Amino acid sequence: MAADVGGVLTPSKTTGFRLSGIYYFFRRWPVIPVFLLALVLFAGVTAPLIAPHDPNLQSLTERKQPPFWYSAKTETQIQTVVQRVLPGSAPQISLSDAQKINPAAQIGDTIEVEQVLRPGGSTKFLLGSDQLGRDILSRIIYGARISLLAAAVTLVVGGCVGVLLGLVAGWYGGLVDEAVMRFVDILLAIPLVLIALVMVATLGASLTIIVAVLTIFIWPRFARQLRGEVLQLKNMDFVSLARVAGASTPRILFVHIFPGTINTLIVVATLQVGIVILLEATLSFLGAGVPPPTATWGGMVSDGRNYLAGGFTTGSWWISTFPGIAIVLTVMSLNLFGDWLRDKLDPRLRQIE
Amino acid sequence: MVTQAATERDVVLRVNDLRTYFQTRWGTVKAVDGISFDLRRGETLGIVGESGSGKSVTMLSLMRLIPMPPGRIVSGSIMLDGEDLLQLSDGEMNRVRGSKIALIIQDPMTSLNPVFTIGNQVSEAIAIHQNIPKRSVMEQALSVLRKVNIPAAESRMRDYPHQLSGGMRQRVVGAIGISCQPQVLIADEPTTSLDVTIQAQYLALLKELQQDSNVALIFITHDFGIVAKMCDRVAVMYAGRIVEQGSVRDIFNRPSHPYTEALLASVPRMEEDVDRLYSIEGQPPTLHDLPPGCPFADRCQYVMERCREEYPTRTTISEGHDASCWRLI
Amino acid sequence: MQKYLVRRLGLAVVTIIAVSLIIFIMSRASGDPRHIMLDDYSTDEDWERMGQVLGLDKPYWQQYLIFLRDAVQGDLGQSVKEGRPVTDVILERLPATLYLGLTAFAISLLVGIPLGILSSIKRGSLIDQIGKIVAMLGQSAPPFWLGIMLIIFFAVAWEILPPYGWDDWNSIVLPAVTLGWYYAAANLRLVRSAMLDVLDSEYIKLARAKGVPYRGVVLRHAFRNALIPPLTFAGVTLGALVTGSLVVETVFAWPGLGKLAIDALFAFDYPLLQGVVIVFTLLYVLAAFSVDVLYAYIDPRIRYA
Repeated sequence: MAADVGGVLTPSKTTGFRLSGIYYFFRRWPVIPVFLLALVLFAGVTAPLIAPHDPNLQSLTERKQPPFWYSAKTETQIQTVVQRVLPGSAPQISLSDAQKINPAAQIGDTIEVEQVLRPGGSTKFLLGSDQLGRDILSRIIYGARISLLAAAVTLVVGGCVGVLLGLVAGWYGGLVDEAVMRFVDILLAIPLVLIALVMVATLGASLTIIVAVLTIFIWPRFARQLRGEVLQLKNMDFVSLARVAGASTPRILFVHIFPGTINTLIVVATLQVGIVILLEATLSFLGAGVPPPTATWGGMVSDGRNYLAGGFTTGSWWISTFPGIAIVLTVMSLNLFGDWLRDKLDPRLRQIE
Repeated sequence: MVTQAATERDVVLRVNDLRTYFQTRWGTVKAVDGISFDLRRGETLGIVGESGSGKSVTMLSLMRLIPMPPGRIVSGSIMLDGEDLLQLSDGEMNRVRGSKIALIIQDPMTSLNPVFTIGNQVSEAIAIHQNIPKRSVMEQALSVLRKVNIPAAESRMRDYPHQLSGGMRQRVVGAIGISCQPQVLIADEPTTSLDVTIQAQYLALLKELQQDSNVALIFITHDFGIVAKMCDRVAVMYAGRIVEQGSVRDIFNRPSHPYTEALLASVPRMEEDVDRLYSIEGQPPTLHDLPPGCPFADRCQYVMERCREEYPTRTTISEGHDASCWRLI
Repeated sequence: MQKYLVRRLGLAVVTIIAVSLIIFIMSRASGDPRHIMLDDYSTDEDWERMGQVLGLDKPYWQQYLIFLRDAVQGDLGQSVKEGRPVTDVILERLPATLYLGLTAFAISLLVGIPLGILSSIKRGSLIDQIGKIVAMLGQSAPPFWLGIMLIIFFAVAWEILPPYGWDDWNSIVLPAVTLGWYYAAANLRLVRSAMLDVLDSEYIKLARAKGVPYRGVVLRHAFRNALIPPLTFAGVTLGALVTGSLVVETVFAWPGLGKLAIDALFAFDYPLLQGVVIVFTLLYVLAAFSVDVLYAYIDPRIRYA
């Protein structure tokens, strides 16, 4: 009785039944997360086609350009016209410069000069440029490739290893199970990023190393979940029937049991992608990820760290901010989509984090 | 006249026109819609009905434990010992709960808190309601546990729920119910998850405890077998209303509402040789947007035109036996 | 209880051994340490003598045992960059990391648990909505980015708090909030969902029926049960605390072990890096083990299993 009585009150009939309908639609279907994820996927796959600039093209004259909506910030200063500007003295301007503004300027005059504190943005760099004059939007688009590549390889390799060992551990039980699960426990108990640092210090930073470390970290999670699933499925009648019919063990595992675990797999995978992307970004930020100049979201955030001084008036806050927003939106979408899938496919899985 | 006055005085609980509604996305659900009954000292009343008939909501309403929102007790009165529970403040109600009116919950496996000891949980109600030193609280808890026949009660006090068997836990829940000598004890399907022998033992124990303390017992169940064994009177609930109530004898011998009849027909009997158990066709109605007439009309074999237009009035069949059905008029 | 604790202790020991083994293998794979320790003017004899001093002439398994024995005795070698024993450098930096970590931990508890409880008992209310946003941001925003955003707003634009270093009493605020946010989010989510499950349970109904006031039910009966899932999860979050301190100390130039590790990485100071990694692992395993003990204390089903 009480179960179907949610805390949700009847939508008010007057002010907008239609509005509440839209609200429920967005609550029920993860439209925004799916759209954002599709966008990231699209950006990653078609990066060379859609990026407005070469992500590694430097332009020393166009460093730290603000995003397009920024207007230039100037300040009018009264300066004295002198022959040669001496550093450290009162605001002065050389005669030749002064005559560019006002041809009639003479030495000893005072003159109003427009000081450019910060240049305005332009549509050339929609989200601004970084400390080397590279286009941030293009680098974000290319950065999606690294995140997606790392996530995809890690999940495929880690997923396969995890599924295989999970199936075997669950099916055979006993010593095999004990061995695999203790190994899983140990791997999950090791602080991964530290090991990654040690490996990078020894073997050098590269995408391969990063993916290898992430895979080692990810497969135990698949194995643990799969094993639990197999333990439940292996006592079911259809498995016994297959056994009686003389099916081989691999056949039972892959044809009869594995399909029953696919829902779980999808949910675990979705939630793990977010974790992998965050870890890759963290390693890149620490300088232990894919080495520069390759554009990575974490690396870009790190690039902007030294150019914050001046804040919103004269600082180059956009260098760090936008790649970070890309990470947040991607991971948030993955989490929301994962939660939705979990509720949809299998409410039993609520404890998976 | 004298006997009449005596029975009046014996009434410990009088429920009058109780209505509990829930606000949901789909509209107002009238889970309990105007029920009235009396309960006398030492008497056992069975409330019978299918799941969703409103018997559990009735029980929660009596304890004033309806989740609010979405639930709300819309109207009615619950007179216990001369005061209306619905008029009490939350603090006053806390003092009544567990001391004057107590509850024994359905499932012994989940109704004890896993992180507290048995002694802790049994003594809690005593400590709350009786202003006595801690030592005597423990002594009283121990004596209550002995009363429900827990072996080695002293050492059991220090155990945690997961260390006890299901039957044992059920006894502990029973002990909590009687720990403050309540006037009314509500047992909500107390035996569904136990096996038959343990169930029989537990029912016998409850009966014995009731005779000792003269407590009034409300038995909420869907099992007519238990009703026959335990109860003096029965109220049959359907779609939030009491459709028939009377003494056990009246109900079993002269069921007057078609729903009661159907319920009784679906109880298996040892002495009869039936090929197939009778079952009631159709589903109980969903409780929002009920049509104006009798909610049982769609499943009733005697349905008349009038049944769909107007809810039947309550008709007295004999003393203490009444039902709401147009056939009786 | 004992069986459980022995098992957890066993896991802790094996974890430390596994990490030390990885570090040992990596250190040997990184090349001959004599290349860093000896300069260009050393002779072949120096080379040989150094090899004997370091035990490089022995088989690998003996070298590992020596490495392990030295580590247990607190000898983690010499820092190349600083020219002092690694242990000394680490001990100097340890207080800063502990201070930061514990403050962040306190923030996560003081924010996450009350918010989790409030949002579970006032479902759909404003505080529940705020809680949802805090949790969502905490689980999606990487700490390094969150830290930079906090610096931009609080240190650069509004100039309320210092952007980096550990000079003032208020230097701790930004790093601790950055580090604590993730846990606060995790605690909030876990406490909320656990509370919702518990408040819906039969034993809460029974406790209410006994006459326990609502506040007592929430604080006494529900809270303790609702702590179990966050505790189970604490083992995982503690790992993120270590990772987090690497990141947060780098962002805020906090003079702790995390920054030391990153500095060592870029200075190619291998002994220092491996020393920090070992100490971090020890801290982590120790914390995880204390959580296991606490867990057993709170949940009697574990204690008597």
